[in-house]
Amino acid sequence: MYAKGLRPLSIATVVALAAALAMVFFYAPNDADQGFIQKIFYIHVPMAIVALGGFVAAAIMAIKHLRTGDRSWDLRSYVAIHMSIIFGLAVLITGSIWARASWGHWWVWDEPVLVSFLIVFLLYCVYYPLRFSIEDPDRQARYSSVFAIAAGAFVPLNFAAVRLAEAYTHPRVLSQTGGDLPGDMRLTFFVSILAIALLYVTMWKLELTSKRASAQLGRLRRRLEDGIEPPPAQPAGDPTAVGARSASAEPAS
Amino acid sequence: MPALPLDEAGKYVAGAYIVFVVLIVVYVAIISAKIARIGRELEELNDLADRRRPS
Repeated sequence: MYAKGLRPLSIATVVALAAALAMVFFYAPNDADQGFIQKIFYIHVPMAIVALGGFVAAAIMAIKHLRTGDRSWDLRSYVAIHMSIIFGLAVLITGSIWARASWGHWWVWDEPVLVSFLIVFLLYCVYYPLRFSIEDPDRQARYSSVFAIAAGAFVPLNFAAVRLAEAYTHPRVLSQTGGDLPGDMRLTFFVSILAIALLYVTMWKLELTSKRASAQLGRLRRRLEDGIEPPPAQPAGDPTAVGARSASAEPAS
Repeated sequence: MPALPLDEAGKYVAGAYIVFVVLIVVYVAIISAKIARIGRELEELNDLADRRRPS
């Protein structure tokens, strides 16, 4: 019931990922300047874009939560941040691998893009202790949403600040003029972004489905163990309506 | 900095893509474990409901 649309989404993700990988290695030419190591950018940059987009999306979901009071938006926001943290970790690792190959160092502390991304990543790592140090579900959801909004506003500011920084050595893949990518490399790059975005949405939906199912099971267990009879079955049209509604108010765990 | 030769660069590219694949595999493993746990809990609850049903 919660997994509605998950199957076509998963199939689309697998197809897009396969297409992206095939294009990266069999269609896109090697970069004239960087050579073969530029292939790392086809996963590194899309993951960074999607991770940062996920943080902003989480902020928007948190705003929805504070406006409506519906805790399902807080759960969505939490899962979006969770997924972006995972993607962010992969961005840092793949970026370090590229830096080692290209610059000879695993990490360069005076490079604004690297350091700013690390700051954003560490900022969001604080979200977990904040969220799970609050026991009251309402307060937990409210405080987490406030954090998600404040941190989400920081992401575009941080991005703009880095773009305005004059001294940088980090390559520009996308710019207002489309960057320096030739057509076939640009197409491969956009297919990679699409594939990574689909992967993010699939993982987000899968995680959300699993958390909601767990919450629903917990409620059912408590009802059965406490000896409270479950509510009467719904009409044939929507047998899950009551459960679905109550699950949406379940705190994230 | 001149481009690395293919045999040298290949290690790094493979490393980066392995990180990506490991990310997906680990996530799928974790979510599979969660779904398996949900399935087990569901069976337990079915048993519990059967025991509570008046005969």
